[in-house]
Amino acid sequence: MVSSAEALVKDANQTLKLDVRDLSIYYGDTPALENVTLDVREHEIFGIIGPANAGKTSFLKTLNRMDMFTSNMKVQGDIHFNGFDIQKTRNIYALRSRIGVVFPLPVGLPLTIYENVALSPRLSGIRNKADLDVIVERCLTRAALWDEVKDRLDSLGSLLSGGQQQRLTIARALSQEPDVLMLDEFSIAVDPVTTMRIEDVLKELKSEMTIILVTNLVQQARRLADRTAFFLEGKCVEIGDTEDLFTGNAKEQSTIDYIEGKFG
Amino acid sequence: MFEISELNKRNRKTQKLFQILFMMMTLLLITPVLIILGTLIYKGGSIISVDFLFTHPTDGMTAGGIFPALFGTVWIVAVALLASVPIGVAAAIYLSEYAPDNWLTRIINLAIINLAGVPSIVHALFGVGAFVIFFKFGTSILAASLTLAIMTLPVVIVASRESLQAVPKAFREACWNMGATRWQTIRRVVLPNAVSGILTGVILEVSRTTGETAPIMFTGAAFFLPFLPQSVFDQTMALSLHLFVVSTQVPGVPEELPYGVALVLIAMVLLMNSISIAFRMYLRGKKKW
Amino acid sequence: MQQGGNKMSHDAFDRRTTDWYIDKLMQSLVFIGGISAIIFIIGIFVFITMEGMDFVISRLDPVEFFTSEYWFPSDEDDPEFGILALIAGTASVTGLAMLVAIPFALGAAIYVGEFATGKTREYLKVLVELLAAIPSVVWGFIGLSIMNPLIIDVFDVPVGLNILNAGIILGLMAAPIMASIAEDALKAVPDGYREAAEAMGATRWQVIFKVVLPAAKNGLLGAVLLGVGRGFGETMAVLMATGHSVNMPDSIFDSVRALTATIAAELGETAVGSDHYGVLFTIGIFLFLITFLINLTADLIVRGVRKG
Repeated sequence: MVSSAEALVKDANQTLKLDVRDLSIYYGDTPALENVTLDVREHEIFGIIGPANAGKTSFLKTLNRMDMFTSNMKVQGDIHFNGFDIQKTRNIYALRSRIGVVFPLPVGLPLTIYENVALSPRLSGIRNKADLDVIVERCLTRAALWDEVKDRLDSLGSLLSGGQQQRLTIARALSQEPDVLMLDEFSIAVDPVTTMRIEDVLKELKSEMTIILVTNLVQQARRLADRTAFFLEGKCVEIGDTEDLFTGNAKEQSTIDYIEGKFG
Repeated sequence: MFEISELNKRNRKTQKLFQILFMMMTLLLITPVLIILGTLIYKGGSIISVDFLFTHPTDGMTAGGIFPALFGTVWIVAVALLASVPIGVAAAIYLSEYAPDNWLTRIINLAIINLAGVPSIVHALFGVGAFVIFFKFGTSILAASLTLAIMTLPVVIVASRESLQAVPKAFREACWNMGATRWQTIRRVVLPNAVSGILTGVILEVSRTTGETAPIMFTGAAFFLPFLPQSVFDQTMALSLHLFVVSTQVPGVPEELPYGVALVLIAMVLLMNSISIAFRMYLRGKKKW
Repeated sequence: MQQGGNKMSHDAFDRRTTDWYIDKLMQSLVFIGGISAIIFIIGIFVFITMEGMDFVISRLDPVEFFTSEYWFPSDEDDPEFGILALIAGTASVTGLAMLVAIPFALGAAIYVGEFATGKTREYLKVLVELLAAIPSVVWGFIGLSIMNPLIIDVFDVPVGLNILNAGIILGLMAAPIMASIAEDALKAVPDGYREAAEAMGATRWQVIFKVVLPAAKNGLLGAVLLGVGRGFGETMAVLMATGHSVNMPDSIFDSVRALTATIAAELGETAVGSDHYGVLFTIGIFLFLITFLINLTADLIVRGVRKG
């Protein structure tokens, strides 16, 4: 049930997808991220850039509450997803199934290619083979992998090449029909050509879902993101329209320095 | 320069010497067993026949076959597996998938080590006190099997836990990220990739259970029975106990009879172990990720 | 369409599905499986104590129990319950077994772990594993039918069922297990240690003796302790190979009787609830506690004494 106050907030920000307020993350007593406040709007690609140990991955982990699985990880602050406080959820799995995740290193599950993509629909109760066939083909096609694997759908997904596994991971995330797709430095294990193909896919997907793109490549953020946040050493330094940040209109000197490659 | 090479030569000699010494020790460890196996085959081989395996003992167990003992061993092992495999696999799943690194987990691990380390005769006493007397199963296949099940539980737990842990963590995280529950993750991804490893553990347990004698002596295995058991509440003969009986308790047994029983028993046990090992090697060669 | 989807998913965060309940149920079930090991180990102690309690309370004289060498538990007029001779039997056999097993087990572990390569290594490991699988009743039979005449012949003694026989048998039984645990301990020594030593010009055996063995010493000690525990608790082999006569041994050619074997040989003849029955369970309690202690120590040594 949405309280009237929350409903008001929702009305005021029709397009607000994620609303993060005063988020702090600690590993034991060591802070990984402090006092981050930001929002992600529907149908945008929201870029997060920053050097290693800026807290980017920890940030993603808290959005779908994977922090539960890390024993000494503590999270403070509020996160609302579609206006719903994710700390209050009684069914964490339903929340996660609305959020697709793609990792830095591709993870093809040790199932057949077909089952990799059919797994999420199966978990949500779809048993009909014909329906699954449709989903599998659609997701693999959108992830630009269908043509390469359509003749060997019953071979192991975990034995594909790195680039193929990364696209398989994306197909799997799409099979969840997510509201939000989170990508964490997806191009680390992928060759430049595949990276470009995936980037094209992401541009298309924007019309259907919200995308959060964590990347170590500032130019990738520039190519894709509508707005970009710059994380540095556990702080969110600046959030702005990507175009502004990259045309020298960033407010903080450290953002300009990072974008210009002076450190990183 | 000259001195160094001289030293090197001496070192290399010493090394060769040690290598040979250690190799000898390894061989010395293995040879007696090969000799023993040879003797068993040499002295017991002649008595092994289809009749020997499938007829009852006769003439006060000094002649005839070993069928009731074989039959009883199969029963005992089967019931023991039914009891211990579900518990053992559940325990392994808990330890591999859920158990946090805390004092309870340490105590569980210690308990497993001790279950494996408590003398078999103490397991027998436990079986008598718990299953035969307290739960009133009497001396029966059920009591013997449950005693063995608890005794060999560590075999299943350890093998299963190892094969579960061999499944990389990244696969679990990928599933959790998709919204799969822990159990869905285990059932759909972890278990299917660990099940063959678990199976090698189960085969090992079959081998252990087949050979154990002390735990069943007072809980369900009898020296001699004219009839085959009809249910799990009956006593039965068992191959391991039969070897003890014909080699120590019965006068006038022809020499080849106990050798034959020992040969059948050891063949069954080593066969199981070999299958388990071969299976494990086959799996290791089969790359899944 | 999208908006409608969101609304549904939004509600779904609050709704627990069948899968949610199955997950919780399975978590509880495997937890029960997990703690079952604790339940069983406590159960073992409780049930053998229950059966032995009457004797411990009404008859047990701890001083007599541990220091008398007279074991006449079924004497109707004046039963004696001294287990000193049985302890001596177990200790002498286990001691000899360790003398046999330790050098072979460590030698084999070093050879398999540090020298042997490729196929040889694989084959040796398989053989060692198969050795460990031979059932104890078969070992007992070997002691009885092969070792016995051999010892009589070689040493010209009247009886070949004695400490020597059981010690060798038990040594051969314990060695493969000790070898494979010891090999694990050697394998646990990081390769970096070996490489560092080799880079300094040390030869292979210098690396093994000066670097690998000292680094693995806790694991090796644990392996030895587990071997001791195994020898201590072995039943059928010592029952069949020791000669099974109550005796304070003077030499390795004396027949003895072990604690475990005594239970195995006599439990069948006793009436439930009698003193004799009770004293056998009391020996069981003693065996349980000793092996528990050995395993606990071995575990602490192997893992290193660290806070858990």
